[in-house]
Amino acid sequence: MEFFRISRDIPFMRHALIFNIFSFVTFALAVFFLLTRGLHLSIEFTGGTVLEVEYTQTANLEKTRAAVDKLGFGEVQVQNFGSSHDVLVRLPVRANIKQADVAPLVFGTLCAAEGGTVAIKAYTSPQGEQVSRPSCSTPAGVEPLKLSRTEFVGPAVGDELASDGAKALAFVVLGIMAYLAIRFEWKFSVAAIIANLHDVIIILGFFAFFQWEFSLAVLAAVLAVLGYSVNESVVIFDRIREGFRKFRKLDTPQVIDHAITSTISRTVITHGSTQMMVLSMLLFGGPTLHYFAVALTIGILFGIYSSVFVAAAIAMWLGVKREDLVKAGGKEQDPNDPNAGAVV
Amino acid sequence: MNRYPWWKYTILALALLIGLLYTLPNLYGEAPAVQVSSGKATLKVDASLVPRIEKTLAAAGLQPDFVQFEAGSVKARLRSTDEQIKAKDAIAKALNPDPADPSYIVALNLLSRSPHWLTALHALPMYLGLDLRGGVHFLMQVDMKAALTKKAESTAGDLRTLLRDKNIRHTGIARDGDLVVVRFREQAVLAQAQKLLAEVMPDMDWTATPDGAEFRLTGGLKPVAARAVQDGAIKQNITTLHNRVNELGVAEPVIQQQGSDRVVVQLPGVQDTAKAKDIIGRTATLEVRLANTSAEAMEALRGSGPVPFGSEKYLERDGSPIIVFRQVILTGENLTDAQPGFAGDTPGEAAVHLTLDAKGARIFRDVTRENINKRMAILLFEKGKGEVVTAPVIRSEIGGGRVQISGRMSTAEAADTALLLRAGSLAAPMEIIEERTIGPTLGADNIAKGFASVGYGFAAIAVFMCGYYLLFGVFSTLALALNLLLLIAMLSMLQATLTLPGIAAIALTLGMAIDSNVLINERVREELRGGASPQAAINTGYERAFATILDSNITTLIAGLALLAFGSGFVRGFAVVHCLGIMTSMFSSVMFSRGLVNLWYGGQKRLKSVSIGQVWRPAGSPAVGLDLSADLAAGLAPDGAAARPPQAPAATPSTKR
Repeated sequence: MEFFRISRDIPFMRHALIFNIFSFVTFALAVFFLLTRGLHLSIEFTGGTVLEVEYTQTANLEKTRAAVDKLGFGEVQVQNFGSSHDVLVRLPVRANIKQADVAPLVFGTLCAAEGGTVAIKAYTSPQGEQVSRPSCSTPAGVEPLKLSRTEFVGPAVGDELASDGAKALAFVVLGIMAYLAIRFEWKFSVAAIIANLHDVIIILGFFAFFQWEFSLAVLAAVLAVLGYSVNESVVIFDRIREGFRKFRKLDTPQVIDHAITSTISRTVITHGSTQMMVLSMLLFGGPTLHYFAVALTIGILFGIYSSVFVAAAIAMWLGVKREDLVKAGGKEQDPNDPNAGAVV
Repeated sequence: MNRYPWWKYTILALALLIGLLYTLPNLYGEAPAVQVSSGKATLKVDASLVPRIEKTLAAAGLQPDFVQFEAGSVKARLRSTDEQIKAKDAIAKALNPDPADPSYIVALNLLSRSPHWLTALHALPMYLGLDLRGGVHFLMQVDMKAALTKKAESTAGDLRTLLRDKNIRHTGIARDGDLVVVRFREQAVLAQAQKLLAEVMPDMDWTATPDGAEFRLTGGLKPVAARAVQDGAIKQNITTLHNRVNELGVAEPVIQQQGSDRVVVQLPGVQDTAKAKDIIGRTATLEVRLANTSAEAMEALRGSGPVPFGSEKYLERDGSPIIVFRQVILTGENLTDAQPGFAGDTPGEAAVHLTLDAKGARIFRDVTRENINKRMAILLFEKGKGEVVTAPVIRSEIGGGRVQISGRMSTAEAADTALLLRAGSLAAPMEIIEERTIGPTLGADNIAKGFASVGYGFAAIAVFMCGYYLLFGVFSTLALALNLLLLIAMLSMLQATLTLPGIAAIALTLGMAIDSNVLINERVREELRGGASPQAAINTGYERAFATILDSNITTLIAGLALLAFGSGFVRGFAVVHCLGIMTSMFSSVMFSRGLVNLWYGGQKRLKSVSIGQVWRPAGSPAVGLDLSADLAAGLAPDGAAARPPQAPAATPSTKR
């Protein structure tokens, strides 16, 4: 089977302006939402405490929220996590209470709200490992809720992570630009990085618009996408260079059109395969991997778009010409000069 | 042209073999075990405990798979949880005659079920991270400023003693942050002091400044020395934490330095953070006392009399009792350092060198002068119980705060003693800045979810590749499988910790790795479309695709390295797997899949077609002499595709094996 049966080059570059306007609008929207709504950063960045509690019955969020509110932590988030039995409680950093004591305190309060008391339970798992954990039990001997996970991050750690994240992003951008500049030419390197940063901003824009939680995992996904979708641009640039060498009669937009057309099949199939894997994570990976997979999905979809329609178009606007890539000697010429073409 | 020399096949076979071998231990799962570790700081578990435990188990009628000493504890693997409990009881009874004061900690544990010959090859399973196994994670920040302040404090004390001994008159010594300031009335005295200090304290930088009518000498640690103090502080804190954590009887505690001033503590299986924090935060105290050698005390030692009033009986590390006075001469606060080394007077003899601060040195000099030829005892108190670390005889008056303990000591014993003396306290206070607990059920759930993601994703890719590229798709899938195998094998070899982000990275890496094979297959198809002969198409297809594959992998690697360099903990796990995966994918998708193709097609001289799915050719392009069999998949192509020529099925020379 063969999905793509294209007999003539598709004139992508004829519509370059439209694509660029579309890109610019989405980009502007993403920036707008980032500025107005901001990212909903996870406690890894902001510092704070998270508790994940599993109720035996369907969790009553209102009751849980009321119980936690009484502790006076200020802005507390209580929400379902994964299933209706699991509840995630997120608490901000407070100066007047020691962070390390927050999680036991909140668990104790939630347990009391269900009419139970917290005690340390030690037992041996069926595999034969000793486990001891704080457990909540009512006088009737029922365990109404279980503590699945707690996490507490000090504010200093959070600041550091944010700055490390920014550094990592800068490193990736500069590294890729340098590599492409050496491998191809600066115009390509600028085009590729603009196209792919545009992906990154759009991913962030989605996270800002929907107020999805932006965690370290999402940051890792964003950076992985950045490295990955640059691939796409590299493949197309490779073909453009080859086209300049092979088809001496075609002008720049035609060469670009040919490069994109001849790689479109590979582009869609590769991204499709990667997307299958990501989809599998989205479906089976559970709540922990959810936003990681979401970020990858958006990144992959926009990655196809941007490397096909944006990167090449920017390279064209920047005035990529045969002489930049094919070291054929001869005098320098302006490709936009209508009188210059005849000499080639 | 599509043949590999034999050595290339050998490399491939070897890679496959190593991949299988090192992946294997991960498949065996875990078996119940009993772990015995030291319950007291003064007791060291070593290989000599193994026969004792073997004997105990044999006496109880239990047959362990093996009993072995590893990393400070003895582990015995058993067949079932029933036997495990029995074994635990038997060992606890034999090793701890007094259950109220256990010398050994006997804990239930899990050990890999992989057979002995694999372990002998160092083929060990990956270590499961806390998010997959359940447990508690602490990130602790060491207060380095406090370590430096403490050092400055002790320097100020030393200085006071030194200047008094040398009769250099000053008008005051004070600590100002990390600096030590000495005031002098006359510049000549200052110069004299400066000369002396430059000689005696080579670690410090001294600067003289006039201060009103007086002169000031300010000293600060040289950057190298300050770093050494900080390194020493964090090392000592880690040692102390190790000693304390051992007591929890945790299977495989992880205590590692992270960055310059942080320590990660991970305790699998523990959910009780309160107890863990209590144990980690506890302080042991060190005391120096004099031994009571009176007649009554000697009688008490023989067991024929009561312990004299004002004295107490303690046990030495070898088990012999000693009577010491209750009066405390010095505490651990006065001890600034303890290092193993060699005795100055008798070459080759092991010794422990103690450094006392100025106050301690003064007291120590007075006490030793009055008690020559008597014994003193250094005791370590933990959980309210004391134990004698060492009880040397005082040979002469010791001044200057530098004490040497030597005699009847091996180098290993000297090292242990020094460690114990230092273990008394933390070199600098620590604060928990990050804490994470993961319940055991959540961990199991995470494993299942992670594996499901990789499994289904892999299956989907495999089905698609085989359907779209036929035999070449099968080769690609096999290459992808080898990639997974090599990745797991490498992670096992590195003894990396597998976490949920790590599994996600495996999934993502596989999803991205297939890119290389798609590139190759598309190139081969394109060459066929251009009219190349099958053999030539394979060759040029692989060759041309390689440059692109290299480029794209390098850009991905740049992103991976950035994550590795700037990420911590969570992200780093992701980055390690991602970077390794890129490397293995280069090998498997290019070299291994080419090997398979060569093996299958390389020998056929008059190869007419290859099974790479349908190769569609635009109408009017030159058809080559390939068989024109109807492609079963042709009908699946999107109907009415704009570019599809009307007579496509008939005019489409498809290649099929």
